[in-house]
Amino acid sequence: MQMEYIKRFNINFIESLGKVVLTNIKAMGKFSSYIGTLFYWGMRSPYRHKLLWEQIYFIGNKSLFIIILTSSFSGMVFAYQTYIGFSVINADSFIGPIVAISVAKELAPVFTGLVVAGRCGAAMAAQIGTMKVTEQIDALECMGINSVQYLGVPRVLACMISMPLLAAIFILIANIGSWVIGVKLLLIDDVLYFSKLSDFMRMGMVYEGLVKSFVFGFLISVIGTYQGFQVKGGAEGVGKGTNLAVVWGMVMVLVVDFFLTSILTKIL
Amino acid sequence: MSESEIHYAIEFQKVTKTFGTHSVLKEVDFKIHEGKITTILGFSGAGKSTLLKHILGILKPTEGHIRVLDEDMANMSELQIREFRKNFGMVFQYAALFDSMSSFGNVAFPLKEFTSLNLEEIKDKVHKLLHSVGLTDESFDKLPSELSGGMRKRVGLARALALSPRVMLYDEPTTGLDPITTHMVDDLILSTAALGQVRKMTSVIISHDIAATLRISDYIAFLEQGEVVEHLPTQEFKKSENPIIRRFLDL
Repeated sequence: MQMEYIKRFNINFIESLGKVVLTNIKAMGKFSSYIGTLFYWGMRSPYRHKLLWEQIYFIGNKSLFIIILTSSFSGMVFAYQTYIGFSVINADSFIGPIVAISVAKELAPVFTGLVVAGRCGAAMAAQIGTMKVTEQIDALECMGINSVQYLGVPRVLACMISMPLLAAIFILIANIGSWVIGVKLLLIDDVLYFSKLSDFMRMGMVYEGLVKSFVFGFLISVIGTYQGFQVKGGAEGVGKGTNLAVVWGMVMVLVVDFFLTSILTKIL
Repeated sequence: MSESEIHYAIEFQKVTKTFGTHSVLKEVDFKIHEGKITTILGFSGAGKSTLLKHILGILKPTEGHIRVLDEDMANMSELQIREFRKNFGMVFQYAALFDSMSSFGNVAFPLKEFTSLNLEEIKDKVHKLLHSVGLTDESFDKLPSELSGGMRKRVGLARALALSPRVMLYDEPTTGLDPITTHMVDDLILSTAALGQVRKMTSVIISHDIAATLRISDYIAFLEQGEVVEHLPTQEFKKSENPIIRRFLDL
């Protein structure tokens, strides 16, 4: 009796596991196929420059304020925390390079990625999802317009262009914040601050951050638009798609950051 | 008129569509007359929308062929089908207007995408189209959310007519509308078909509205569980002795 129960439990467990594996493989296949479709239609004319600029304005310009806000405070708080730790060993003049390197290599691309995933990834999924449930995407398709080319491609390209620009602004503002705290508030010598900065900081570190943000831009927008196209049902479906876009966008930024760091540190 | 003189806009040749093990369309075999209004009638889940998607080339048949305007849809590549869809005008159940665009923007959209008309010419054409469906200048700049259901349908119709299609498709055009607006939409379909007579525009309506169907259709095809059980001119359809149709008509 007990043996039969264990046997049945094992079969159920294997069945459930198989189901989960198959579902995920199927989902991965669909996602990969979507990326392929994006590339295919991205290469084909017509190239919709107006839509691209609209999206760059939405992702780039409209995110600017929040990026300035987060970067300035991140730079300042990071500088202050570094000062607290480093002043104990009389190395407070290292605030400049420590903040600059950390911001350029990690904080700028990751923070920008998280902000854009929350703001734009969600908006992409919600916009496309709403269009899906209200048959607007069907209307496009019936006119002979490929919806991925019309809605997906401009958003993905715009996000890939905007993200490095936003990350560059993040780097600049965070360093200004660090300088204000270090030099103006904590009275570290200005010349010393910059000489340490130039001793340790390399342009390759900035490039690393920018390359990361470019990759994150691709991931966030592909996930956001994909979730939008996958929406089913009504408002509930749109909510679910938006939620998935934000969660997966943010998770992927953090996971891929680890692998990119390992690769880019060796290259740049 | 002899059979050889009759032209058909759409021909279903033993079309079967299967999803997994479930057959949604079973050897559908009928022809839609060019320049006429044909309504595909049937209960919910009969396969009407699947049939419409086959006409548009969104779905391909598992078996059989569909000829639309003398072209075999099954032999076309995706790019050819997309190009071919410019021959269609589609009016959706809830109009499916682009909610970020005004009425004007919605109607201008296909003209901007597919024609080389300049802005002034587009403006003229859009104004004519919107006036032709009974809309006044005040509604031109309104967003779809600011329009009533009937007005949205009118804008949707004007958008569908923008590229002077050879086949107009209506997906449940009167669903969810009050009786007066339903009549208005029926009249619009009739007047659109009358105007399209010059270029032999064919209208295909998907519906389960019996009264509207009998009022406006030239031909009626009745779909039941994926099979066309009757395809007749409206007057003959009314007299059909088929028990399924009698049950539907007597509801």
